[in-house]
Amino acid sequence: MATEDFKIEIKDLTLIFGKNKSNALKMLEAGKSKAEILEKTKCTVGVNKASFQIKKGEVFVIMGLSGSGKSTLIRCLNRLIEPTAGDVIVNNINITKESNERLLDTRRTEMSMVFQKFGLLPHRTVLENAAFGLEIRGEAKNERLQKAQEALDNVGLQGFEHQKPSQLSGGMQQRVGLARALANNPEVLLMDEAFSALDPLIKSDMQDELLDLQGKLHKTIVFITHDLDEAIKLGDRVAIMKDGIIEQIGTAEDILRNPASKYVEAFVEKVDRKSIITAGTLMFSKPTVVQLEKEGPGSVIRKMRGIAADALPVIDKHRTFMGFIWLPRVLEAEKLNKSTIEDFITTECPSVYEEYTVEEMLPLITGTKSPIAVVNKENGKLLGVVSQTSLIIEATRFNKSEIIELKEQAKEQ
Amino acid sequence: MRKVIDIGKYIENGVNWLTDNFDGLFNFIKVVGNGAIEGFEWLLLSIPFYIIIVIFTIIAYFKVGRGVALFTALGMILIYLLGFWVETIETLALIFVSTLIALVQAIPLGIWAAKKPSANKVIRPILDLMQTMPAFVYLIPAVLFFSIGKLPGAFATVIFAMPPAVRLTTLGIQQVPQDVVEAARAFGATNRQILAKVELPLATKTILAGVNQTIMMALSMVVIAGMIAAGGLGEKVLEGINNLDIGLGFESGFAVVILAIILDRITQALGQKGNNERIDKLKKIFRKK
Ligand SMILES: Nc1ncnc2c1ncn2[C@@H]1O[C@H](COP(=O)(O)OP(=O)(O)OP(=O)(O)O)[C@@H](O)[C@H]1O
Ligand SMILES: [Mg+2]
Repeated sequence: MATEDFKIEIKDLTLIFGKNKSNALKMLEAGKSKAEILEKTKCTVGVNKASFQIKKGEVFVIMGLSGSGKSTLIRCLNRLIEPTAGDVIVNNINITKESNERLLDTRRTEMSMVFQKFGLLPHRTVLENAAFGLEIRGEAKNERLQKAQEALDNVGLQGFEHQKPSQLSGGMQQRVGLARALANNPEVLLMDEAFSALDPLIKSDMQDELLDLQGKLHKTIVFITHDLDEAIKLGDRVAIMKDGIIEQIGTAEDILRNPASKYVEAFVEKVDRKSIITAGTLMFSKPTVVQLEKEGPGSVIRKMRGIAADALPVIDKHRTFMGFIWLPRVLEAEKLNKSTIEDFITTECPSVYEEYTVEEMLPLITGTKSPIAVVNKENGKLLGVVSQTSLIIEATRFNKSEIIELKEQAKEQ
Repeated sequence: MRKVIDIGKYIENGVNWLTDNFDGLFNFIKVVGNGAIEGFEWLLLSIPFYIIIVIFTIIAYFKVGRGVALFTALGMILIYLLGFWVETIETLALIFVSTLIALVQAIPLGIWAAKKPSANKVIRPILDLMQTMPAFVYLIPAVLFFSIGKLPGAFATVIFAMPPAVRLTTLGIQQVPQDVVEAARAFGATNRQILAKVELPLATKTILAGVNQTIMMALSMVVIAGMIAAGGLGEKVLEGINNLDIGLGFESGFAVVILAIILDRITQALGQKGNNERIDKLKKIFRKK
């Protein structure tokens, strides 16, 4: 990929806290560990030679345990912390080499930040808080209040403009924080554990809202979290950090399926895989199918006998999914001497798109023995089939009680 | 006991050197300072006493409450009836000018100390020294530099009253939550913008607590400054002591106490929230009109 496609590029970014930086840097070059360096030089390695690129319009999530250097890394992006070594390149401009004025300019127009502790001004109203970034860059009062108002409307805070932050709940305060960032209309949003301080339900709401906004605004978002579920929900790509080192970068599913190290694996284990594994990865993509126009009962029976199946998906000549044909129904058609099985297809059967998760598919199998058809979202073409067995296996690996419950429900029906 | 080290000698030499070499400067300061204090006195005295009482009462009512307003009105009437009006105004003028001078220096100093740990290291022990030194000692350099009168009184008062304002300004700025400052910085605020839009507003309450303390200390010092002919209530107290006139001593003492309570309650309320309801109401009434 050409460099132009990257919004942010980080090359060998290193940050060391402490006085004896050059010594620590040398030890780092020599491949010494964070603990060793701390012991010898009393310097803490915050970020250790991180290199990655963030694409324009991408939600890039950085996650890792407490102290892994996430906050430090994100603060290097706008130089709230001066990197010790390495480059941060935004829009092909090396931020690390910019003059102070240019840096202020970048912070004012290019990147806005949302904080875990909100960082709102308690003596100002919600509206004035949202207008803060614009005030800093010197916009006229009317103009900035208008923009701030729009941003507040965007995050669903109309009616609260004249309250003080302390009068709002945590979730609403963070909406103000988000509005303040959006009011500046930056290209990049830096969010450091923006939702970590919120209650689970509110957190989930805020995540949905962020995704909604992102759908409209297409910002480049760097989002930090230590919550894997959050990373998976929000991130187009996820980077996992440990002791200042980026251990792995990839889509959530990449990381879950092929964890690059024990550390990543330990992370991943805790996650609820049901909410990540999708129909697309679980499906059998070249199933035996019945072509409605070409095949009559006789041919279907032969196919079924061949693979010992009692149901097959039916498609038309455009490969559009029609439904399933069940063995008893084909036999019926044969008895009646029909040349086509058209009237015998079961069309009321579960079908999903590729991105459906195991969690979403599980309810579909209650009360039916039918496999689940996976179809293309745009044209309805059959992509594959998820068997109940593989779905249950995927689900039971992680939560047996729920499956038992589902089966009981199925029996009752 | 025999004296081994003679620090006093060095200080005396230093002061002498200053008075010898900067006599002109001291004279200039004295003329300007006296002018300011006397001008302010003259201004207050040219206003009829009842108007001043009404103004103070109104401020007390809106900033603090009914009780303090009542106390202010009755207390000031009592002072007038005791015949101490002119002295009280003189004291007030001296407090006002001294406090102003003290704050003009203390607040920037406090900010500096908050920003620079190294500056703080130097400033702190000096403040300790200034605060623990017996107040009377400041009268000596004041007299040496400026002889006796109102300005040396103000000079000693400024030194004595400055420390709490410096300390509380530093404290106030240091107490501003780091995440708010960081947020401002992330939005591209310059140091000056951070100071003006974040730190000072968030430190106001604490700084005003410092202002209150400075005013109270100024009041106590102004009374002591009566010893070097700074005028005001202090001289009346001193007169009572010198003549063993219990009546005069207590009367003037009461006047000081009344003034202290009024100033304390009003300036304390400045920094507190929640007392502004009445002012908000008043603003609304005015807006309607
Ligand atoms: N100002 C500082 N001085 C010295 N060391 C620091 C400083 N700030 C952070 N560190 C150290 O740098 C490392 C990375 O800290 P950082 O705050 O970036 O972690 P984090 O991943 O954001 O953790 P958390 O999830 O707790 O926010 C830690 O070991 C921390 O102790
Ligand atoms: Mg952090």
